[in-house]
Amino acid sequence: MHSWLKLTWVETKLFLREPGAYFALAFPIVLLVIFGAIYGNTPNAFLGGHGSLDFYVPAYIAILMIIIGFYSLPIAIINYRERGVLFRLQATPLRPLAILSAQIGANFVMTTAGAIILVIAGRLFYNLHVIGSMPSVLLAYLLGVLSIFALGFLVASVVPNVRVASVVGTLLFFPMLYLSGATVPLKIYPQTVQQIAQFLPLTHVVTLMQNMWFGGSWLDNWGNVFALLGILVVCLLVSVRLFRWR
Amino acid sequence: MQKNPVIQVEHLRKVYGSVIAVDDISFTVEQGEIFGMVGPNGAGKTSTVECAEGLRTSSSGMIRVLGLDPQKEKYQVRPHIGVQLQESSLQDRLKVWEALDLFAAFYPRSVDKDALLEQVGLTEKRNARFAKLSGGQKQRLFIALALVHDPEIVFLDELTTGLDPQARRVMWEMVRDIRARGKTVFLITHSMEEAERLCDQVAIVDHGRIVALDSPHHLVSSLGADSQVVFIVDGIPDLQRLQALQEVSCVQQVEDRIIISGKGDGDALLSSVVTALPVSGMRYRDLHTERPTLEDVFLKMTGRAVRD
Repeated sequence: MHSWLKLTWVETKLFLREPGAYFALAFPIVLLVIFGAIYGNTPNAFLGGHGSLDFYVPAYIAILMIIIGFYSLPIAIINYRERGVLFRLQATPLRPLAILSAQIGANFVMTTAGAIILVIAGRLFYNLHVIGSMPSVLLAYLLGVLSIFALGFLVASVVPNVRVASVVGTLLFFPMLYLSGATVPLKIYPQTVQQIAQFLPLTHVVTLMQNMWFGGSWLDNWGNVFALLGILVVCLLVSVRLFRWR
Repeated sequence: MQKNPVIQVEHLRKVYGSVIAVDDISFTVEQGEIFGMVGPNGAGKTSTVECAEGLRTSSSGMIRVLGLDPQKEKYQVRPHIGVQLQESSLQDRLKVWEALDLFAAFYPRSVDKDALLEQVGLTEKRNARFAKLSGGQKQRLFIALALVHDPEIVFLDELTTGLDPQARRVMWEMVRDIRARGKTVFLITHSMEEAERLCDQVAIVDHGRIVALDSPHHLVSSLGADSQVVFIVDGIPDLQRLQALQEVSCVQQVEDRIIISGKGDGDALLSSVVTALPVSGMRYRDLHTERPTLEDVFLKMTGRAVRD
């Protein structure tokens, strides 16, 4: 446990030494500032009577998950594999699960730090409300992060090098950014696009996060929960079979 | 000296698909020695050592490291071995002291980290990032990481490849130093010179098999090859006098170069030639000996030069 915590801590420090880390953390805050300036947080009938930012902060947290989960996490792991860092760590008494979960741990710490900054900024500048219960919001967050990270981990397992990984990351990132309801409301799209959106993991993260934020019931969200659990389990099972250490 | 085997390998075989990396390798490494495995690239050295480190699974054969099976009991073996791997690196932005601190945390015990940094000459680089280190500094850090938990056996795989001659010499001193502290060193190299200079025992490997295994001195003298004393002479040499010496088997002259051959390791030949020269009144310069080396052993065993 001590060695796992140490490795997670070191990897978190290293994350902050990457110039890209600040982009990852800043992107959702930039969205908050831009859309906050345009719409403020006054109740909006189009958004079901919720304030714009009350509605979108949970979605921006979901965007943070895919920036870190589709770029930072797989690129870090693939880079370590390409350069023999994973192999070197394997030659110590550390268990394989400890080595890989430390990577996930460091990225989780960063995502959570970004989410906390976002919520604090929302409260300070736009009077952000959380209507639902805190445990439900946290549980939805946890389920969202784990399933998005599992998908990012699958990318790390099947993609051969960092160059391909950033292409795959982009192919996952942009459709989800626009078609999951995270930035553009799904309602404005034609029916077919809305149906396609149901196949994007982030749609379920955004929907679940927003519903729990506004005090929705878990029973009404079983579809999202099962979709995310399914992604988590399938990605982990495939990764376990395909992951290469070098 | 009491024999105490710390690594035993019997009939090791490692196959990747249709490629036989290790065909049939057996050897024993005794405690406190520098055991070298030398041979050309692709001979099966790294596959052998990675099986012993528990990083690869052998196809067949038996391996014991400190009496344990490194494949089935790898987590029991790992705290007792230190490794420097051929193809590995650290996180680019990791600082030298952080690397030592991190790796020390992986093991139940560790040595004094500041003293270790001092010993490998990286004290001034303790806050430098890994990516900013030179090739020699990186290798010295890898040695430090291999020693941070005070292991009994240290595996070094191509420690000096790509280093300049001066950095290589520094590395050789460090390896001797590790032995001086009672540890066993398992060294892999494709440099015959390195093996000859450092090792107590050398296994010469080719095509996944050991073609010769002994001390470098025995391997070279078992060739029964001539040693030579060579010098450049000014004026007309008195070859008769040299030819008459008991240790000399043959004297040749190539322009102003005199090549005197004799049996054995060359020490007796050299002293008799040096004694005879002033008496003969010959004026000579650039006198040196040329002895057979492990390169010649490899050539004899395999019929080709290592560099092929």
